[in-house]
Amino acid sequence: MGITKDQVRKVALLARLELPDEQLEVMTGQLAEIVTYIDLLSELDTDRVEPMAHAMDLANVFAEDDVEPSLDRDQALANAPRHDGQCYLVPAVLGDS
Amino acid sequence: MTLLELTATEQLRQLEAGELTAAELTRAYLERIARVEPQVQAFTRVNADAARQQAALVDRRRRQGDRVGRLAGLPVAVKDVLCTQGAPTTCASRMLADFRPPYDATVIARLRAADAILIGKTNMDEFAMGGSTENSALHPTRNPWDLTRSPGGSSGGAAACVAAGMAPLSVGSDTGGSIRQPAGLCGVVGLKPTYGRVSRFGLVAFASSLDQVGPMARSVEDAALLLETLAGHDSRDSTSANVPVPAYHRSVREPLNGLRVGIVPEHFAQGLDADVEQAIREALRVYESLGADVREVKLPHARYAVATYYVIAPCEASSNLARYDGVHYGYRWSPPPAPVGGEPVPSPPDADESDLVRLYRRTRAEGFGMEVKRRIMLGTYALSAGYYDAYYLKALKVRRLIRQDFDDVFRDVDLVASPVTAAPAFELGEMVHDPLKMYLIDLYTVSANLAGIPGISMPCGFSSSGLPIGLQLLAPSFGEEILLRGAYRFQQVTDWHRRSPSL
Repeated sequence: MGITKDQVRKVALLARLELPDEQLEVMTGQLAEIVTYIDLLSELDTDRVEPMAHAMDLANVFAEDDVEPSLDRDQALANAPRHDGQCYLVPAVLGDS
Repeated sequence: MTLLELTATEQLRQLEAGELTAAELTRAYLERIARVEPQVQAFTRVNADAARQQAALVDRRRRQGDRVGRLAGLPVAVKDVLCTQGAPTTCASRMLADFRPPYDATVIARLRAADAILIGKTNMDEFAMGGSTENSALHPTRNPWDLTRSPGGSSGGAAACVAAGMAPLSVGSDTGGSIRQPAGLCGVVGLKPTYGRVSRFGLVAFASSLDQVGPMARSVEDAALLLETLAGHDSRDSTSANVPVPAYHRSVREPLNGLRVGIVPEHFAQGLDADVEQAIREALRVYESLGADVREVKLPHARYAVATYYVIAPCEASSNLARYDGVHYGYRWSPPPAPVGGEPVPSPPDADESDLVRLYRRTRAEGFGMEVKRRIMLGTYALSAGYYDAYYLKALKVRRLIRQDFDDVFRDVDLVASPVTAAPAFELGEMVHDPLKMYLIDLYTVSANLAGIPGISMPCGFSSSGLPIGLQLLAPSFGEEILLRGAYRFQQVTDWHRRSPSL
């Protein structure tokens, strides 16, 4: 199955990546080659096979609803590129910035 | 035999007998690092001062007769994908160049509790994606056996530092072979435990249904010793198994009779290097001479493993790496300042792109390297509308078939033996521009991650050009004891693991 440059451009937006045009070109070729290889899977009949999302058959794991110490705000913000001591700062999403 | 040529088990015996101090041992390794690290470049960071202090403390406690941990005084290097509280944890990525985690990974906490000397953090492919350690944003690592060659990856630094005698033990992570492949290419022992055997809390996530932390060492006994410290249930990792941890360091030496070893004829098909094939066949003869029953088994879906892996791992990665958004931690793009007195720099004419989306996209464009972007793109594509069933769901189904193959095989044999890679270490730069070729190196290793079973790689010979060759053994889920015992038997009658590169 072929992958077009337009598809790759759209996927880059979905993935929140910015790819300059020359990278888009290279990436399109590489993804096409990899996807062609992956198409090998289509030769297997898997209609009656249950998907296996995990290596262990785990049911839900529950924990007691106990309050335990967790990071305080200063620690949680310590690695943030921009914050005001209380909140993470991002560009305005609504209205004019 | 010099101090650094001893195995960790032998060093520990001397430490416990009072014939050696942690300070002496740590000093010897730091001196070795000062001498050979400039050539090998296995580390992202060496904690010389902290290591010396920790060693002095362990010595004092031992002298006072205080209770000390299982690894007391042994230096351990740790792959830079495991969170160390307050200390840089880079994943060899520009994205996390300045990241200092506010907590320790559970395995780090266990190593501290065992009084190991945390000597440094090791280089890797960025976010553990790759098989050569060339995808590190810092620098490539070199194979100690031939400095023009790759140590493999992604735990290339962890393997190279043990091979070069810069640490007796190291901790790696393995999502598709990232412990076993570099161990094989560097001539050391590397073990990927059963999924759930070792806590993933504080392991920076790549593909959460496949990632496992495991030991790297010079000998199987040493790997058993380290695994015993790393393994165990952790309530902070809901996929961690609540299964008791055997005393691996003792059981590894228990006698083993009637071992049944399976081999897969397709593993010896075309594409396998002649030196590698010869070394593997010779290793199988060693097992036969030890009384093992070596027989052919079938893994009919093995040929689909790489394709399955390169759907599932990138899908999980694209989701896991969505967290790097330039907001909570890590790198953030900043807009260039407006020219003085002029108009602000105009945004490109993209109607969909808010300032926030632009922040995300540029942060990720500048913070991630090409291989990480490639995997995110591949995963996003495979999960996107219209392709989910054809790729992701399909791969999950084939994953079950691969697992069932192993369930069937392990009814007849105890272990499955194979090469680790089809060829010895490749040249640096040889494959960086051919991602698919690089992915196909994972042929022998990815099945264990998909099936969740444990696997070990250990040295079993050398190529005609003097490069190490690895033998892989696989065992059923939670079969680490037989895996280690089976591997230990081989090392009892061979000395490949005693060879060191001349650096």
